[in-house]
Amino acid sequence: MSSLILRAATRVLAPMMLMLSLFLLWRGHNLPGGGFIGGLVATSAIALQGIAFGPEAARRTLVLPPAVIAGIGLAAALVATLPAGLAALPFFTGLWLKLDLGDGATLPLSTPLLFDIGVFLVVIGGVCAILLALEEDPETDPTEQP
Amino acid sequence: MSGWYAVAPLIVAVAAAAATTLAHAAPRTQRALSLGGAFALLLAAVALMDAVWRGGMIVVQSSNWAAPFGITLAVDTFGAVMTLIAAITGAACLTFAIPEIEERHRRAWFHPLSHVLLLGVCGAFITGDLFNLYVWFEVMLIASFGLMTIGGTKAQTDGAVKYVSLNLVATLLFLLAVGLLYGMTGTLNYADLARTIPTVGNTGVLTAAAMLLMAAFGMKAAVFPLFFWLPAAYHTPLVSVSAVFAGLLTKVGVYALIRAFTLLFTHDVGWTHQILLWVSGLTMITGVLGAAAQSEMRRILSWHIISQIGYMVMGLALYTPLAIVGSVFYLVHHIVVKANLFLIAGVAARLAGSMELKKIGGLYRAAPLLGVLFFIPAFSLAGFPPLSGFWAKLILVRAALEDREWWIAAAALVTGLLTIYSMTKIWGEAFWKPHPRGDGAAAPLAAAPAAMLAPIVALAACTIAIGLFAQPFWIVAERAAAELLDPAAYAAAVLGRLP
Repeated sequence: MSSLILRAATRVLAPMMLMLSLFLLWRGHNLPGGGFIGGLVATSAIALQGIAFGPEAARRTLVLPPAVIAGIGLAAALVATLPAGLAALPFFTGLWLKLDLGDGATLPLSTPLLFDIGVFLVVIGGVCAILLALEEDPETDPTEQP
Repeated sequence: MSGWYAVAPLIVAVAAAAATTLAHAAPRTQRALSLGGAFALLLAAVALMDAVWRGGMIVVQSSNWAAPFGITLAVDTFGAVMTLIAAITGAACLTFAIPEIEERHRRAWFHPLSHVLLLGVCGAFITGDLFNLYVWFEVMLIASFGLMTIGGTKAQTDGAVKYVSLNLVATLLFLLAVGLLYGMTGTLNYADLARTIPTVGNTGVLTAAAMLLMAAFGMKAAVFPLFFWLPAAYHTPLVSVSAVFAGLLTKVGVYALIRAFTLLFTHDVGWTHQILLWVSGLTMITGVLGAAAQSEMRRILSWHIISQIGYMVMGLALYTPLAIVGSVFYLVHHIVVKANLFLIAGVAARLAGSMELKKIGGLYRAAPLLGVLFFIPAFSLAGFPPLSGFWAKLILVRAALEDREWWIAAAALVTGLLTIYSMTKIWGEAFWKPHPRGDGAAAPLAAAPAAMLAPIVALAACTIAIGLFAQPFWIVAERAAAELLDPAAYAAAVLGRLP
């Protein structure tokens, strides 16, 4: 589809949607939101890019092939379940590391956050792989493109 | 720390799925990781079986949320046995797949999807929570949709559409039942349900939920009259894929039936289990008659899956200690035999050129050893002594006679007899008669890659071992059955003793 309005709007909307997705991911830690919904919003941004500028543009935005993104996400989610074992706690138990930033501000980093990031990446990778497969010519093998 | 034995198979399967996804651009690495993952899963399952056998039931409260508030993972002897047998099937079929799958199959995500499928199957056996079971079913189904359509032919798409739509209906019924149960009891933890269900006053609604679950699990297990998706779909995918499906997928449904109707719904055995008994008899007979009408190897074998499911449900329906032992024994025997028969059909088609019995023949002359390898699972399926199927059928028929259910015993025996008919048909057509294109049209066994024959030999060895040394397997099945018939002990292991 070649539409000037769509392309102009995408240039503004896609970055905003990507930022919103990160916000949802971060906020979903304790409030409604989270990796899954954030991942879907990010995927919508990529999909918009794909519709406005073509699948190659969407691939450039993703940088890595979708499968690799999903694989990294799956690995991150798995790793998040394991530190509990080192602390002799049951599988999946959440652990927090509070970084002191000075001025009384702390940055809580946790295994649930890592798990959520994993979910975020799996959703982006998985859904984008499907979307791109539908948009691209089935004869060309997407895994062989850079 | 024993809890980590229970989660190890899940961790291994997720790791294998992630690793094979990341290695997608490097075929050799991906293949090595996939095989390594399958055998690591086997090791994890052996360790789990060993831990459960020595230390009793393993319970994990994941995330350290106490039951019934978090997701409980609970593995008793039955769960551990099923996980082990699933891992054995997975390792055998992935080994078989190495020479079978082509580059285009690999590119269609064969390896990651296979490990996700095994993850779903193991998860269903390990979980101790009804909603979590639903999630594992979904994991399993999504992977199986992908695997079923690898190859992209018309027949595959046709089979997959039927498979997907009927399974979605089953999923919907499952969710309805879960909603009803949660509304009545306020919990979905197996152990908590087992304790709460007897206190529910409105047994009518309870029975309605039980029947919905019976229909949902029954559809997944392919019992009469909900089996139509199975023969429509199982003859189309890759051989290694259909062997995993044949061995494991319907058996997850049987597992769920057994779990639900021993642990949860025993409030009205005269009603629910009587229905199961009729269903099992009809499943056996229709399955075996359906098989008699087919002339394509995998179609015949698919119909036999249905008739064999009848035996497993029969043990559950009789609901005596001996009958449950029979069901557990039958499940183990059947998974090994059925996966193996599909693999052998794959090799036979490779050597002789087709799965259609009319188009092939002469395999006995060309590859006599394949005949021997076929003979072992085929006659075990029919129940010939001293193979594994003989003991499985003997236990079930004996349980039926002790319970004075004459007609179901008769149905079981007649089904066994008709199974021989189908097996001799494959034998006569594929092995005995000359090849329609003359001598030499069937290739010798040496033409089949060793990686295809090794899993067949290994699974046949399992069948013989179960047959000749039935006693240890009997002891395991007996302990699994004793645990299944003691819901109070299961509840106590998960929730602690009642105050």
